[in-house]
Formats: sequence, structure tokens, C-alpha cells
Amino acid sequence: MANMSLKRNEMPTQDALVRAHNFDEVALGYTEEQAIDEANRCLNCKNMPCVDGCPVKIHIPEFITKIKEGDFEGAYQIITKSSSLPAVCGRVCPQETQCESKCVRGIKGESVGIGRLERFVADWHNTFCTEEPVKPECNGHRVAIVGSGPSGLTCAGDLAKKGYDVTVFEALHTAGGVLVYGIPEFRLPKKIVAKEVETLKQLGVKIETNVVIGKTLTIDELFEEGYEAVFVGSGAGLPNFMGIPGEALNGVYSANEFLTRSNLMKSYLDNPETPIMKGGRVAVVGGGNVAMDAARTALRLGADKVYIVYRRSMDELPARREEVEHAEEEGIEFRLLCNPTEILGYSNPNDARNPKNGFVTGMTCVRMELGEPDERGRRRPVVVEGSEFTIDVDTVIMSIGTSPNPLIKSTTEGLEVNRWGGIVVNEDGLTSRNAVYAGGDAVTGAATVISAMGAGKTAAKAIDEALSK
Amino acid sequence: MYRIVDKKVLNPTVVQLQIEAPLVANKAKPGQFIILRVDENGERIPLTVAGVNKENGTVKIIYQIVGATTEKLSHKEAGDYLQDFVGPLGVATHLDGLKKVCIVGGGVGCAIAMPIAEALHKMGADVTSIIGFRNKDLLILEDEFRACSNTLRIMTDDGSYGEKGNVTVPLKEMLESGEKFDMIITIGPLVMMKFVVATAKPFGTPVTASMNPIMIDGTGMCGGCRLTLNVDGKKVTKFACVDGPDFNGYEIDFDEAMSRGRMYGAFERHAYESTCNLFGKKVQ
Repeated sequence: MANMSLKRNEMPTQDALVRAHNFDEVALGYTEEQAIDEANRCLNCKNMPCVDGCPVKIHIPEFITKIKEGDFEGAYQIITKSSSLPAVCGRVCPQETQCESKCVRGIKGESVGIGRLERFVADWHNTFCTEEPVKPECNGHRVAIVGSGPSGLTCAGDLAKKGYDVTVFEALHTAGGVLVYGIPEFRLPKKIVAKEVETLKQLGVKIETNVVIGKTLTIDELFEEGYEAVFVGSGAGLPNFMGIPGEALNGVYSANEFLTRSNLMKSYLDNPETPIMKGGRVAVVGGGNVAMDAARTALRLGADKVYIVYRRSMDELPARREEVEHAEEEGIEFRLLCNPTEILGYSNPNDARNPKNGFVTGMTCVRMELGEPDERGRRRPVVVEGSEFTIDVDTVIMSIGTSPNPLIKSTTEGLEVNRWGGIVVNEDGLTSRNAVYAGGDAVTGAATVISAMGAGKTAAKAIDEALSK
Repeated sequence: MYRIVDKKVLNPTVVQLQIEAPLVANKAKPGQFIILRVDENGERIPLTVAGVNKENGTVKIIYQIVGATTEKLSHKEAGDYLQDFVGPLGVATHLDGLKKVCIVGGGVGCAIAMPIAEALHKMGADVTSIIGFRNKDLLILEDEFRACSNTLRIMTDDGSYGEKGNVTVPLKEMLESGEKFDMIITIGPLVMMKFVVATAKPFGTPVTASMNPIMIDGTGMCGGCRLTLNVDGKKVTKFACVDGPDFNGYEIDFDEAMSRGRMYGAFERHAYESTCNLFGKKVQ
């Protein structure tokens, strides 16, 4: 029976004031009843516009039909044909701008909660299914994947399913890339990523941690070792800073560093060995999803007050609406149309032993107003003269993007990069080097998990076509 | 897991380990570093490579017990395993074309300076080594330096061995007497390196300093190891893990680097003390 409610089933969440002080997941997931009720809102359109909106082309109406029938494992099997990381995507994909933005139900009312249903199916499988996936017969072709983030894992999974002998090389000590060092526990629990990685291992994917391609081994050496194709999904790189005075003060972090300390190095747990500045007043500069993650992490680590400082207005804020709403509910204050001009610190040479020396005390900002649109159509922020003011803060977290990592480019001859250092690829993900493919942030600069997965998928298809000739 | 093949206590606070890590041993060059974790949940710490044995696939590291992680590491014996060991990271020290070099090492920094001196010696360069320690008990690698240096000056703060005074004393003396070095390479405490630069400045001798800031990933991702260089009057942010660890000594903002090094002082002290308590050891 079709459910013609214009509203989708609400996602149950932890109460904002409770969750602001713990690292448990914010969204709790649908119950079976909610999932079936929501699935019944799907009209099973013949032309499937939602699939067009999905970077990895999940057969959305098909898996939702299985949910309607109560066949949750069947639904899972349909999703995994297209996605190697369903429990991850169900949580962190910006569905509102992808599959859900194309949903017919969204024309008059709310679109079907596709992301929520995907998450439900993946969690149901992870809870109730104990069967290991069947390892396909090996076809003898060896492929190396550089980086175990979303693009690398997707490429690895797709190739493993086709029988390739796949090895993933990871620079850090844990597999998952940005899924483990960047995205916090309350949005994507580590055990979910670990489970997805485990599934890939069951498919035969080998994961070698502590290998930095470009340093420990080069891409040329991978070919010498017998790999027939290489996919580079090494992620974005060095954090950007604003170039304003005071950015070297103690208490100024890049979002990458702050999140890595908390997530990968587990400063969010009780007994960490890696220190992080906790408590006090925190300003996060930037308006993307990473900025939201950093702000909400700071809050959970015990900050008294957390600001998001962003130079445009709410309409231009690039973060997902849902994340912004969650942040606001938790008490994060948005200082919009504001831009920092200097970070202030305590410095008293006559009192050299004072432990406050060298630490942040505040941040000077100017107010901005929106002027003419720039080449991308976003209205350019312009400084309001004489509008300087200072906010008292102890920690500043810069979340204003990254620049590509130089390690692979500098050690791989003939690998073409563009003006800002991103690896140049064709529509198949092929680089200027024969049999070297690339995708994800290493190509596009900071983007989303799902677009990286889409790139990993495209490259896997191209690698398969090239090697099965 | 990475096996400790050999352990040697060089002095009461400095330990040398040989770790089985063939991929790292195959690649590491003087001046590069590794990152290790002692155990699951451990901190990632950078340590400069003190030598490699390609045949055995081992990497030599020399570290000083200064905090919780190094204290914990000091309780590992030959045959034990380290959780993680990754490298080689950073850019190797540029040695090409150097004919006459002065190496200035301080304390455990001498462990990093030694393979550089050795490489220069093998290249046929004239090597002057000035190595400084607080006292005789903390002296390390004397024989090794002697074997690869044309001139060796050993300095102790209290005069208990070699000559009394700090490393800048003989450096200044040599420069004043007209010694011309192609390069001074200095590795040790920040304040020592700052004064080595100041000593060399009037003579215009190029100085390379090896930086060892706080680091996490070591691969150019977190930005924690950033430092400021003054290049032609402009401030430039660089990352020690991928741009360094060696930098032009004249450009480094040492005062800022020293301040950044103190960021977690209180936390580190506390962690060190609790680790010492755990092992029933007296806090140094």
C-alpha cells in the first residue's frame, strides 16, 4: 500500500543537549517499521530519476522494493552490486543534492528518505547477517591501490568482485583514510568503517598499512613488482592557512590536525596518548562539512563556547543543511559575514616562564557584506570598512581547504598535474601515465565521499576493460 | 608488527635500536625520518634514521627518553615488536657537491648528524665535526664520529670531557681563523641551532638546520609541523614533514619554533610522569 504522506519519516536522533557532550552517533537509524513505512512512499518510477542522481548508480527503486517486501538482506544485496560502502554512504552522502534531489515525491512534499533507507539496510545486514561474502575466483591480474579512503576502497572492492588480486597501500596505521582520520565518531562510527574494510578483506583485498607511496615505494616500483595497473586515491593534502598574523600561535590548528588528533589518534577517548587542546572558547574558520565536524568535535571535547566564523552568509554556507542544523541545535554560534584578520596571542618576554606565553587569546575579525557575484556565481564578500572587532578565544581551527600532497607527483615522472597540483585524468580516470589511474580529492581537491567513490568506480571499470582485453 | 633486532643503551637516557623494516631500510637516506607507534593506541612519534643495513633489512634509530612514548619504548627489548613503523619520510639532506663541511651536533641530535658525516666522508668530503653534550655521561658516538671526521671537537657544558664550553666556541674560532666551509649542517636543540646560525652569519657561511617539530601523520596531511621561514623579507609557511626536515638556517624563525614546541608541555610532563609510575621508575 503506497504511503502518500507528504512528509518523510523523521530520523530518530539523540537529544541535542545530551549529544553535545558525547561522541555517540547523532542519528539513531530507522526501525524496521519506519523503514517499511518510508519505503512505501517510493512510487517505483519507471524512468528512475533517483539513480541518475547517484554517483555510483545504486539501483534505488529495486532495493526499496525489497524493503517494502521486508526482504532487508535482499535489499542489501542490490545495494552492494553498486556500492562497496553502503553503511558509510547511508550516513555521509549529501543525498539531498543527489538521489533525493531527483525524487518525484520531492516535487510536492518531501522526497523519499533514500539515504536513511540505505543506512537502515546496511545496518540491518551488519547486525543480522553472519555469512561472509563469497570470494570470487582470482583472475591472476594484480592491481595496486594507493590510499584506503573512499575512492581507493571502492575501486578495490569493485575489482575484487571481478576476481582481481588487489592490494591497497595505506600511509597511516589504520585503513579508511578520511573516514577514520577526518569524519568524527558521532557522524560515522569507526566500527562501521572497520566492518566495511573487513568485508573487502573477505573479498580477497589485501591492505598494507604503513606504506607511503612516493616514499616507501614509488609507483614505478609497483609496476616492477608486477602490478599491472595502479589507482591513486591519495586524498587531498596539506591544509591551507589564511596567511594572517598569529597563525603559528599555540592553539591554532588546521581542521585536519584537530580532527586527526581526535579521531585517528583517539583524543576523544578517556585515555589518549595524543594531546589535544580541550575546553575554553573555540573559533572554527570556514563553512564546509569539515568545519562543522571540527566545531562539533570541539564542543564534545568540552569547549565552553564554539563559533563558526564564515565570510559569507547562511545561503552560501557549503556544508550540508542537516549538519548545519545539527550544529545549531547543539549550541554552536554562527558568526556569519565575518572574516578573521589577525589571531592574537599572549606574549610577555619579561614573564618568559608564564605558560600562557605563545598561546592564543583572541581573534580580530572584520564584518563583510556581499557584493557582486564571482565567476562561480557566488556573491563575493567585501570588507565593511572600520568594522573591526575582537572575539575572545583560546583555540582557532582553520578549515579553509587543502592543497594537493606533493609526494606522488614529485616521485612519478610523467604524471601530469594541473595549475593547483591536482592530478589530471580523462573521463575514465586515466592519468597521463600508462596504466596509472587516479580519483577522489587527489584529482578534484576537497570534495565529498561519494564523488570520490564514483571516481573509484569509474576507474575500476576502466582498469577491468584495459586488463581483460 | 616490526621486530626489534638489537638494542644498545648508549647512555643513561639514550638508546639505540635496530628495527626490522626492509622497505624502509631499502630507501632511507641521511636526514630522513620514520614515524613509529609503540603499541595500539600509542602516539605517533617521528625519529630520524640513524643508519640502515640493507642486507639485513634493518633501520637504526637512536632516541632520548624524554616523555611517555620514549619511556615506554625504552622498556622494549630485542625480540619485542613495535606496532607501527613507517618511512622513510621527509627529504634527504642535500649533500651533492659539498667538499668541505662542518657538522655541528648537540646531544641526541648527534645521532642524526652521524650518518650525514659518514655519507660526506664516503663522498670524499673534508668533514669537521663539532659535537656537544651536557657532560661526559651523555656523550654518544665518539668512535663513530672519529672514524668519519677529518677534525673532531668534543664539547661538554661542564668540561667533564673534551673541551669545556658550547659548540659555537670552536665554530667561531675556526671561522675567525679563516676556515671556509661550503656548508654548516647543524642538528640539535633549537636554541643551539639558533646560535650556530648567529655565529656563522658574520662569515656568510651557509647553514642547514634539521628541524624536529611536533608531528602526527608525517605525510603532509595535518599541518602540525608547520614552521615559518623568512624568505627575502616575506613570511612563508613550510611543513617539516614534506618540505623538510632540513631548512636554510638563516630563514628559520627559531623563536616561533621553540614556542610551538612547548604547546603540550604540561600534558607531556603529566603523561611522562604517569608512564614512569607505571614502570615504577624515578621521574628524571
